[in-house]
Amino acid sequence: MPTPINTPRLRLSGIDKAFGATQALRGVSLVVAPGEVHALIGENGAGKSTLMKVLSGVIRGDAGTMEIDGVPYIPADTLDARRRGVAMIYQELSLAPHLSVWENIVLGAEPHRFGWLDRAEARQRARGVLARLAHEHLDLDRPVGEFSIAEQQVIEIARALLAEPRMLVMDEPTSSLTQADTEKLFDVVAQLSAHGVSVIYISHFLEEVRRVAQRFTVLKDGQTVGSGEVAATAQTEIVRLMVGREMSDLYPQRSPQFGGPMFALPAGGLEVRAGEILGIAGLIGAGRTELLRAAFGLDPSTVVHTTPARRWSERVGFLSENRKEEGLMLPLSLAENASLPKYKTLARWGWLPVSVLNAATAPWLEKLSIKARDAGQGAGELSGGNQQKVALARLLAYPARVLLLDEPTRGIDVGSKAQIYELIAKLAGQGCAVVMVSSYLPELFGLCDRIAVMRRREVVACKPTTEWTEQTLMTAAVGADTA
Amino acid sequence: MFSLSNEIRGYFLSYANFKIILTQTVIVAIGALGMTLIIVSGGIDLSVGSVIAFCGVVGALLIQQGWPVPAVVLAVIVAGGLIGLLNGAAIAGLRMTPFIITLGTLGIARGAAKWLANNETVNYDASPINHWMTTADPFGWALPAGAWIALVLAVLTSVMLRSTVFGRHIFAIGSNEATARLCGVATVRTKILIYALAGCFFGLAGLMQLSRLRQGDPTVAVGVELDIIAAVIIGGASLSGGVGTVLGSMIGALIMAVLRNGSQQMGWPTYFQEIIIGAVIIAAVFLDRVRQARRE
Repeated sequence: MPTPINTPRLRLSGIDKAFGATQALRGVSLVVAPGEVHALIGENGAGKSTLMKVLSGVIRGDAGTMEIDGVPYIPADTLDARRRGVAMIYQELSLAPHLSVWENIVLGAEPHRFGWLDRAEARQRARGVLARLAHEHLDLDRPVGEFSIAEQQVIEIARALLAEPRMLVMDEPTSSLTQADTEKLFDVVAQLSAHGVSVIYISHFLEEVRRVAQRFTVLKDGQTVGSGEVAATAQTEIVRLMVGREMSDLYPQRSPQFGGPMFALPAGGLEVRAGEILGIAGLIGAGRTELLRAAFGLDPSTVVHTTPARRWSERVGFLSENRKEEGLMLPLSLAENASLPKYKTLARWGWLPVSVLNAATAPWLEKLSIKARDAGQGAGELSGGNQQKVALARLLAYPARVLLLDEPTRGIDVGSKAQIYELIAKLAGQGCAVVMVSSYLPELFGLCDRIAVMRRREVVACKPTTEWTEQTLMTAAVGADTA
Repeated sequence: MFSLSNEIRGYFLSYANFKIILTQTVIVAIGALGMTLIIVSGGIDLSVGSVIAFCGVVGALLIQQGWPVPAVVLAVIVAGGLIGLLNGAAIAGLRMTPFIITLGTLGIARGAAKWLANNETVNYDASPINHWMTTADPFGWALPAGAWIALVLAVLTSVMLRSTVFGRHIFAIGSNEATARLCGVATVRTKILIYALAGCFFGLAGLMQLSRLRQGDPTVAVGVELDIIAAVIIGGASLSGGVGTVLGSMIGALIMAVLRNGSQQMGWPTYFQEIIIGAVIIAAVFLDRVRQARRE
């Protein structure tokens, strides 16, 4: 066999990892070329994060070999991994919000003379890495907390770059970015690639993968089920590899029948009818979330005066975009999470034993095919997709007739997404009115009857879905037509 | 423990000493009932020691004035409840940190107690209240009345916390206040109610303190809040809220009393007691972290 001319930047082969009886990884292999952007795709629980933990030295694999630039690579811990050129950008940013941009970038690697901080040198290094990401315009002295999430992400990447990594792992980097910021991030990734840094890009969004990556590897149930050139592979083929189902099955077939108006949103005279799914599109910061929250009485508003308690009693339910921070009480049981709004109806004279709660919730676990031991299990123990179903079960169990859903499929795998789409369609079929905010255009087009577009806190247009294209919708969202 | 002389061990395990330990537990235990509600809801109350002293002084002054016993009991409990109500209103209504607010009330209540008492102990001739915390067993109930009161309240509080809407709301707020709000729980009202109810417990603890001292002492119970918080944490509650049981807190209170009593029996100096109890608190908080890590 001839020696390859190009040694890959990273070569993983035969990686195994078991946690107790669960085999998380089975003979996984992954090859990344220098300067390549390689997409790692797979449903939640497919083993992506376990594999990346092995790569970044958080845990050690049970078997298999790893090489970087042809040299065997066995990181002792994360610090060792970073020293050998492997850096991770996690989904949750890890910046110190009160410190300035340059302080964050050099944190832990401050240039000094005999313990005295060399400010000039530190600032110069910070500016240098920002320039490599084409973001040298950021104000070095401003506290990081004052920047947008997207800019904070660039700062975080800049910090990782300071260690001159050869291999950068980005875990779902766009999950909280707008379309425009996502574009900017793609530029950043392209810059990295141009400087010879290899990038492993983990994402649920196949459209993104197509934009940013040259090659891909699909993981399913801890095994490598396929890899190849992104450009030479049809999207439907990748989805089939991931879930073993066709893309066209993702969105349910519907034959909507509309009743009278059921709920008015406090903007642009927007009303949603019984049996209708109304989508709200727009960039992050366009005021979509604020509109739903004001309509539900969660945030003070000059237009609507109501409270969540009153809304629930009118059978209006709300699903938060922020599952961990607001949507669920993770340490408490599924039953408590699913039935909190209806405690008063479940109770007799204020008396509410746990057995009553569990009994009221148990049927919903089955109806929503939530994978859990029983209704008493802690919500924090479930996967993201199942947690989201529990949050939805709360609206169904009440039962709400008007559903205000803020990013109902954020951060969950394709399989769970399909189930949630089906559920939403079924509810609309039963005469519920659904308002759905989403940053993911394909799901708005796949599911909604009408789509309203918001820009700068105003509803700028609202049309039946069939009258929109992704092009015209984005134009309305960014305001290019008036520019 | 096992190297003790038989004489000391024999006394430590005796019925008489058991009664003493239970009596010593009463004040911390009743305080821990209120504190459990607060800690499960994600809050904290540092003013307990001062509230106990304040309520004790109020009780002593009312006995001096010749108020009948039921009226004194009611007034003292209401006094504690009012301080709790103010704490709760500032914390929930003005959205201020419980740590800071109750640190403030700690000073205010202590000062108010000394002011009311003219900076000296408030003495009175006699009162039936004096019989509640004595091991002499004046009623023939096997245990002092205070211990029975604490036991009954513990059972009631436990049932309330576990099986009523109010109790489940306390868990919901402590676990994730944003979710509770989203689900229509009246979080502000519920939190005020939690602090007010806990204040009633602290008032009652003040009454027990009064019964034990047989006088109103504005300088008593300094730092008792720390014993109470430690009891609740040893009992398995989490300082980050959402987790805790009354049974656990009561066991925690008992452990604190046994530690104090045991080291007294051993003749250890008080500074040694303080060191041991401090170490136990740290160990308990460490255990809390380990438990939390396992949950995640």
